[in-house]
Amino acid sequence: MDITKQEVEKVAKLARLALSEAETTAFSQQLNQIVAYVQKLKTFSTEGVEPTSTVLGQTNVCRPDVVEASLSPEQAVANAPDAEASCFRVPKIIQES
Amino acid sequence: MSLMSIHKLTLAELQRRFTAGDVTATEIVRAYFLRVTNVEPKIKAYLTQCKDAAVAQAERLDQSLKGWRKTTPMMAMPLAVKDNICTEGVRTTCASRMLETFVPPYDATVVAKLRAQNYLLLGKTNLDEFAMGSSTENSAFGASRNPWNVQTVPGGSSGGSAAAVAADECVAALGSDTGGSIRQPAAFCGVVGLKPTYGRVSRYGLVAFASSLDQIGPITKDVTDAAILLGAIAGHDPRDSTSADVPVPDYLKALKRKDLKRLKVGVPAEYFADGLDPEVEQAVRTAIEGLRELGADIREIKLPTTDAAVATYYVIATAEASSNLARYDGVRFGRRAEASNDLLDMYLRTRAEGFGSEVKRRIMLGTYVLSAGYYDAYYEKAQAVRTLIRREFDTAFQNVDLIVTPVTPTTAFRFGEKSQDPLQMYLSDIYTISANLAGLPAISLPCGFSKAGLPIGLQLIGRPFEEETLLRGAHAYEQATTWRAKKPVVRSV
Repeated sequence: MDITKQEVEKVAKLARLALSEAETTAFSQQLNQIVAYVQKLKTFSTEGVEPTSTVLGQTNVCRPDVVEASLSPEQAVANAPDAEASCFRVPKIIQES
Repeated sequence: MSLMSIHKLTLAELQRRFTAGDVTATEIVRAYFLRVTNVEPKIKAYLTQCKDAAVAQAERLDQSLKGWRKTTPMMAMPLAVKDNICTEGVRTTCASRMLETFVPPYDATVVAKLRAQNYLLLGKTNLDEFAMGSSTENSAFGASRNPWNVQTVPGGSSGGSAAAVAADECVAALGSDTGGSIRQPAAFCGVVGLKPTYGRVSRYGLVAFASSLDQIGPITKDVTDAAILLGAIAGHDPRDSTSADVPVPDYLKALKRKDLKRLKVGVPAEYFADGLDPEVEQAVRTAIEGLRELGADIREIKLPTTDAAVATYYVIATAEASSNLARYDGVRFGRRAEASNDLLDMYLRTRAEGFGSEVKRRIMLGTYVLSAGYYDAYYEKAQAVRTLIRREFDTAFQNVDLIVTPVTPTTAFRFGEKSQDPLQMYLSDIYTISANLAGLPAISLPCGFSKAGLPIGLQLIGRPFEEETLLRGAHAYEQATTWRAKKPVVRSV
């Protein structure tokens, strides 16, 4: 069990994080250390034990399908780094061929 | 009364003085900002101060009251709010470059409840970035300091809130607790911190870190104040589907009994194992004797899965964080990197620039444990161990009403002491994270001081939605001791 630098780079890409060379090296070492510690979980038998994702034991929580007040388009884009006419502007996705 | 002494009052005392007409809202605000001006350069508890808005609000309140003293309980009460809790029109940064200029268009439900009672927001307090850390050293805007010794950390992640309460820079504060982030800084700063049962308080408007663990709670000068503030923020919220539809009792009523007769209190041996500082152990064991003298029936209990808690937590919390923090993509709010080539490049660079190293480390770990090939081995395994931890508490609570433990293995550590070693920092959460994993309410309150003069905390853990028992136990102990009388001396600059 060893997290290589290549694996760190793969995970960084999944997480949409551009890492510097120094960060890749440091994270590779630190993640190895932390994941080695987490191996401890294997010493606890969980055969037939249901996983807990929430402690409240809720299933779906529904409300009546009624229109309620929400943010105005202006409020919704007020914090956007780039917006125009109540739309979010992003770098071009579709390139002309 | 003199402006110079208003900041020394507890929330309960200040409510009484205000209702009696001894102090005005304007005097309260002036007194607090005088105090903040004097000590803030040393403590650095606040990221944003709201002086103008608070003064204007206080003047409006005094105008509208005009001698009419019928008030709401939180009216004119000067509070600080952790900067990961949304405040409409007031910058909410999560101590991150990512949200440096973010101004929420709405209030968190807890803030809306306080605003409806005409409280005074003094400012937003410092934290570890996105509440990830135990010292405030991970704040992108610099660490806060412990009022008892400014060379030591105030704890984290709600370190700004705990330091502000300890230094009398607010009468009480809100924090959030995912793995101990209310209780650990409360212990380090010698104040009271309460993490409610998961679902007791709405998380709507709390910037999500680990959604199955996060909970908002009060940080206060004493147990009575914690009961008051919890009562003001608790309750079901249709906007948070994980908030529980359970009636909110009158928490102050729980404080009426001064003894602990017929209360069964469990002491888990696993919480007094290797790594516990002897001074902390001594103080906690003495406190347990104190509980016995108050009438509690002290019993040994076993929680053997405690040893798995840190590993379980750092899989589940980072997995949830990696998912929650995917929203910071530079599109809808927050920072965006300049001059990107394309959309993917914009995501990569925005997140590289916006997040600090601890946040990146946790996103990486969380993405790793959720990724193909590792999901079952880590994430699902941790969720199953979480079930074991919950069951163990369920079993223990068949025989006891409360569990008593230390809050932290040591007193407040020095800046830099653990910041280079993430695993050591994580291990310092060992006594607090089980309550989050099991969703249980827990309180931290002062139970002594080290030889170096740093506060030591006592933790009580209760059954789900039995905050009353927790408050009763904590209050009886507090009233039988004098720890709260000792205050840090913060020299004005």
